[in-house]
Amino acid sequence: MANNICLNQKECGKSTGFWLLLTLGGLVMLGTLSAFFFLEHHGHIKTGMTNQIVWGLPHVFAVFLIVAASGVLNVASIGSVFGKKMYKARARLSALLALTILSGGLAVLVLDLGRPDRLIVAMTYYNFKSIFALNMIFYNGFFAIVGLYLLTMMDRKLKPWYKPIGMLAFLWRLALTTATGSIFGFLVARAGYNSALYAPMFIIYSFAYGLACFIVVQAAMYKWNDIEIDEAVLCRLKNLLATFVAAALYFTAVLHLTNLYFAKQWDFERFLLSDGGIYTLLFWGGQVMLGGFLPLLLIFSPGARKQPAILLIAALLVIIGGHAQMYVTIVGGQAFPLDMFPGYAESSSFFDGVVHAYSPSVWEMMLAVGGIATTFLITTVAVRVLKFLPEDEIKDPSSTVGQH
Amino acid sequence: MARVVNQPGLGKGFRLAACLGAMALLAIPSMPVVAGVDLPKLEHAKGDKCVDEGGYIRRHHPELLKHHRDETMRKGIRTTKYSLKKCVECHAGSKTGSVAASKEDFCIACHSYAGVKLDCWDCHATKPGKRPSHQAAQPAVPSLMPSNGGSQ
Amino acid sequence: MSESMNSKLEDRRDFLKASALVAGVAVGPGVLFYGIAHSRSPEEGASSKQRWGMLIDTTKCAVGCNDCVTACNTENGLSGKTGEQDSQWIRKLNIKHLQTGVEHNLPMLCQHCENPPCVDVCPTGASMKRADGIVLVDRHICIGCRYCMMACPYKARSFVHEPLTEQNPEVPRGKGCVESCTFCVQRVDRDETPACVEACTASGHQAMLFGDLNNPESDIAKAMKTVATTEVRADLGLNTGVRYQGI
Repeated sequence: MANNICLNQKECGKSTGFWLLLTLGGLVMLGTLSAFFFLEHHGHIKTGMTNQIVWGLPHVFAVFLIVAASGVLNVASIGSVFGKKMYKARARLSALLALTILSGGLAVLVLDLGRPDRLIVAMTYYNFKSIFALNMIFYNGFFAIVGLYLLTMMDRKLKPWYKPIGMLAFLWRLALTTATGSIFGFLVARAGYNSALYAPMFIIYSFAYGLACFIVVQAAMYKWNDIEIDEAVLCRLKNLLATFVAAALYFTAVLHLTNLYFAKQWDFERFLLSDGGIYTLLFWGGQVMLGGFLPLLLIFSPGARKQPAILLIAALLVIIGGHAQMYVTIVGGQAFPLDMFPGYAESSSFFDGVVHAYSPSVWEMMLAVGGIATTFLITTVAVRVLKFLPEDEIKDPSSTVGQH
Repeated sequence: MARVVNQPGLGKGFRLAACLGAMALLAIPSMPVVAGVDLPKLEHAKGDKCVDEGGYIRRHHPELLKHHRDETMRKGIRTTKYSLKKCVECHAGSKTGSVAASKEDFCIACHSYAGVKLDCWDCHATKPGKRPSHQAAQPAVPSLMPSNGGSQ
Repeated sequence: MSESMNSKLEDRRDFLKASALVAGVAVGPGVLFYGIAHSRSPEEGASSKQRWGMLIDTTKCAVGCNDCVTACNTENGLSGKTGEQDSQWIRKLNIKHLQTGVEHNLPMLCQHCENPPCVDVCPTGASMKRADGIVLVDRHICIGCRYCMMACPYKARSFVHEPLTEQNPEVPRGKGCVESCTFCVQRVDRDETPACVEACTASGHQAMLFGDLNNPESDIAKAMKTVATTEVRADLGLNTGVRYQGI
């Protein structure tokens, strides 16, 4: 690619590419904000969300980002907690992405609230029994801890704190994803949720989605700076992604196999795995094939060792599969009707006993992509003003300035 | 001890000007008309007088209403002295029958003047109900009450 | 239960009897009823000595009768529309056994659980249970996240999807908050029964009984002592305040 798109000011001085990206992100954000004000004025009646499907597309995108945010920090954690040099070189970008992706996810969640004007209430009234309230504390803590973590990487004076804060950040992100998974795991009444597996499963999902996001961003930054990824690094990252994707498939299999063993869960599993229409399609086609087996096939294909593009495609597929998984989990879990009277067929004016329909409106689609736009904008500005580009010592020994 | 006034750059003249400026700022609220914006003209409410002295209500009605809302909503205490419903019953405008339908109506007149947004009327009715509130002025309950102590 | 509490309950019971007599004598219930028949003064809050509950006899609940729903809509200012985005605080549910084909008809509403999942999950504490067991949404601090709707096993909650006007002064409702059956708390606080129960009685079906589950002398407590009653989703251990008989 031509040198005119360049994200690091110091290195090339030109800024056409930077402003282009900023404009692109800004336009999407403008759409998101207009959708927000439109919905704030008219209410959720202009969305496809109903009293049956109460969480829709915005939540699919938001929860994906929140899960990916904790996972993307893994790269830094492997560097500082487990002392791997190659990952240390990527720790800054990893921590930065953790902050920006979480900002994006939370922004969408907040913009979709029925009363977004009461955000201050959410920050001042806490019901500590609520896993949702605990999540808010975890998110805020995550910002603080990862922010400090980033400082210890950037300021030599804070270097003694690098390891302990890295450890704290690692433990904190595990707790955060446990809590995010538990948002669903704790819903005792619904057949699609109500499983302790959701906590570890979301942690594994976060490993895969986070690493995939990291690979995509790193690839873009390398491309724009005309840097070629080191072969050894490529190999490590692809093996790590393969491990995480395989583990995610394993957890998905365990969840559904457990359910298939419980007679009371058969109806739900039949719905999801065979009769659920769009949800069945997204599960097998999106989550399992596109987000699972296909990336694995690509990664282990003979050409993958030398071809960074293959890893990039695999990572993009994992991200697409991740969105399919969130759609199946969040919308699919609600679409299946509540079984209040086991053994009975139910019917009423309130859509009892029927699979609930959901078709998102253009407004909530615009709202949903706002998270990606937020992440994109903050990341673009941050990599422009500060040094986040991963630089491997193997590649260029002179570029270790400012690294640890 | 070093004093602030000894700081370089803050001359005598500057201090004098600052004092005069501060005094002028303090004096503004006591003037009847500010910069051409008239104070809101409020319609006379029903009844002889408010549940409390006007100035007190004007200053403290947010806290009073908030306290009352929590007592009623969360504890089921249904006294009427500071109830929003009671405010509406007396202060609904004669033209609109509401406290918040037009710019002249009681709540809106003052709040738009003060530039303070209020969201009570997103949920609460701005007009009095068809039937009057159930409790009359306190004490509402005559001696028929059982002797069930002072428990809350 | 302590001695003093018992005697207090005795007092209350006598008083309830007396006020019931007064109310019975009054021909127009609206007039004489108010101001006299209060079991507690306005200064006194809801008390945990009481637990409000409802017993629904599904054998008396008539097919096609929608009186409870209509009465609820009128009392609480609901539109009565039944679209996917409209609020329904109470609905008529028809259930048919998959093997035997036996059918039951029943009103489904907030079950006013002793251990309500909606209250557990609410991040701000807007979902709350009053001392007397009535589960409510404090709209002042509801942020409209809808997590309670995800958690409720009975689909009892609705989200207000559009701006509202002309609310009932006693029942504030508005866009962006979650809401559900309140047992007509505004009526209960002046010793009336919920609108649905009143309507069901007026229709002659008498399928709904409302009262204090903690008071052994109340009609509902007596009834529940003599017939088999069912909790919906009893497996969840929520100890619902609404019970059904005949299922």
